[in-house]
Amino acid sequence: MPTTATYTEPVLRRIDVTAPLVADGSAAGSDQIKIATEHVSIKYGEKVAVKDVTLTVQARSILALIGPSGSGKSTFLRCFNRMNDLIPGAKVQGQVCLDGENVTDQDVSVVELRRRVGMVFQRPNPFPMSIYENVAYGPRRRGMNGRRQLDELVETSLKRAALWDEVKDDLRRKSGLALSGGQQQRLCIARVLATEPEVILMDEPASALDPVSTLRIEELMRELREAYTIVIVTHNMQQAARVSDVTAFFTMADDRAGYLVEVGPTGRIFTRPTERLTEDYISGRFG
Amino acid sequence: MTATPSQTIGRPNGPKPSLKGKSSRGIILADRAATVVLWGTGVLVLTILGAIIVHFALAAWGVVTLNFVVSDPSETALGGVMPILWNSIYMLALTMLIAVPVGILGGIYMSEYAGENRLTNAIRFAEEAISSVPSIVVGLFGLILFVDDLHLGFTALGGALALTFFNLPLMTRLSEQALRAVPQDERSASLALGATKWQTIRHVVVPLAIPGLITGVILTAGRVFGEAAVLLFTSGIGTPPHYDFTNLDLTNPASPWSPFRPATTLSVYIWKLNSEGLGVFKNQIVDGSAAILISMVLIFNLGARFIGRVLSRRLTAA
Repeated sequence: MPTTATYTEPVLRRIDVTAPLVADGSAAGSDQIKIATEHVSIKYGEKVAVKDVTLTVQARSILALIGPSGSGKSTFLRCFNRMNDLIPGAKVQGQVCLDGENVTDQDVSVVELRRRVGMVFQRPNPFPMSIYENVAYGPRRRGMNGRRQLDELVETSLKRAALWDEVKDDLRRKSGLALSGGQQQRLCIARVLATEPEVILMDEPASALDPVSTLRIEELMRELREAYTIVIVTHNMQQAARVSDVTAFFTMADDRAGYLVEVGPTGRIFTRPTERLTEDYISGRFG
Repeated sequence: MTATPSQTIGRPNGPKPSLKGKSSRGIILADRAATVVLWGTGVLVLTILGAIIVHFALAAWGVVTLNFVVSDPSETALGGVMPILWNSIYMLALTMLIAVPVGILGGIYMSEYAGENRLTNAIRFAEEAISSVPSIVVGLFGLILFVDDLHLGFTALGGALALTFFNLPLMTRLSEQALRAVPQDERSASLALGATKWQTIRHVVVPLAIPGLITGVILTAGRVFGEAAVLLFTSGIGTPPHYDFTNLDLTNPASPWSPFRPATTLSVYIWKLNSEGLGVFKNQIVDGSAAILISMVLIFNLGARFIGRVLSRRLTAA
């Protein structure tokens, strides 16, 4: 029987001791629940990919979803911005609430939802357009045309994504694809920030990057945490330990359906997990 | 006694074959043969194209002059092919005006909206079936439908519509393939940024598919330039009169701009002269027309590639 864990305590400080500590639960708005899922199950046709997941995400915190391949982490992540809609036969049951509003309702505007809940993919996927056009893509699609307005938004977004200094001289000439892998991923983050989201989903955002670029992305996530709610899927447990406030551990049941084993403050999950499965996984005995 | 690991996995112990041994000669020979055959095929294709161009360049030497290009055909002298060349360009423009937008929209439907079901399988089957119908049959159908039933007579419009029947399936299929080749990642990225499906198609999928779409346009256009059978029965085979380009009345069949007039194209003209022409200069005119036709095809192909490059740069990095 899969365990259904709920976590609503204030977030703990992260456990990375080498970086300056960030204010914990006392930070503005962090007691507020940004996302709450209730009994979420996801099926692909007959196959159950995710079974009965209930958890909450605090505003301005980072939730890491960890677990072995096939445990449904990415599938679960994609129900927050309804990307599962794109997969024929995918069906989401249960409730996924963003600020109390159920996003799985049929009459929800996915366009509006995806502006509020941005997503960064595993493989950096900038459009084959100039850096400027990559960042301006989202705002342009919702009708922003003013040159000055766009310039400003592109600049702020690139600055927030810690990419501005590296690209400011050839914003319009250089293609997004001409950047290095790490820069491309930061460009993709800037592109999401330009749509002015509240939540950012990251699906293994650093798994295709070298260690230095990975660290820069992690630093960036810690900075973005001040203003955004972040949910990250990662295979890298050190990464989860370094960046996240809360960690949720998923695994696969015997029928290959993914489910949530345990969710809690990252520090506790990595030092004193309640579940045997979690302990086995984080200590490398499984997965 | 158990076997030592070196005997169960990896190379057996004992004398190793020399690296310079002859044991792999057969494999190497096959490798060399493949290289030679594949290079040979490439060279053959280039040689055929080269031979055609060189043959007609030599045959048309001294025939194709500026005068040949800009004057009307003549019964007694060498004359020229101006009205016929005009008709080829006109038919191309008219057909592409119909086939390209409809073909691309059809391709978008098939690639982005239709999915896999019985309807789309039927559409794909129809695409292939129509593409392989002999063009003379399509011409006959055009004759019955446009010339007879609709009482249009031989018209450029009838010819262009018949050519569209013939070309639309190809254009649709090639557009569909070009659009499908755009990676799913690009669509996901756009949708995840809150773009609608149409915005994603308009701003990401179509711009990225442009090189493939241009290939579709070129192959479709090639069939318009080259097609004679369809046009014999639909746009007519008569030698055109002198064209007055100042007559801009589109409804007047005397205007060279009007689609409601017969329009003999270069391919049809070549076929007609070659099979039933009697004039003294018949052969020179055929060779000259063929040379002009080839040049047009080459100019069009290169031009289309160039426009495609500019377009794709404008649409993606604007």
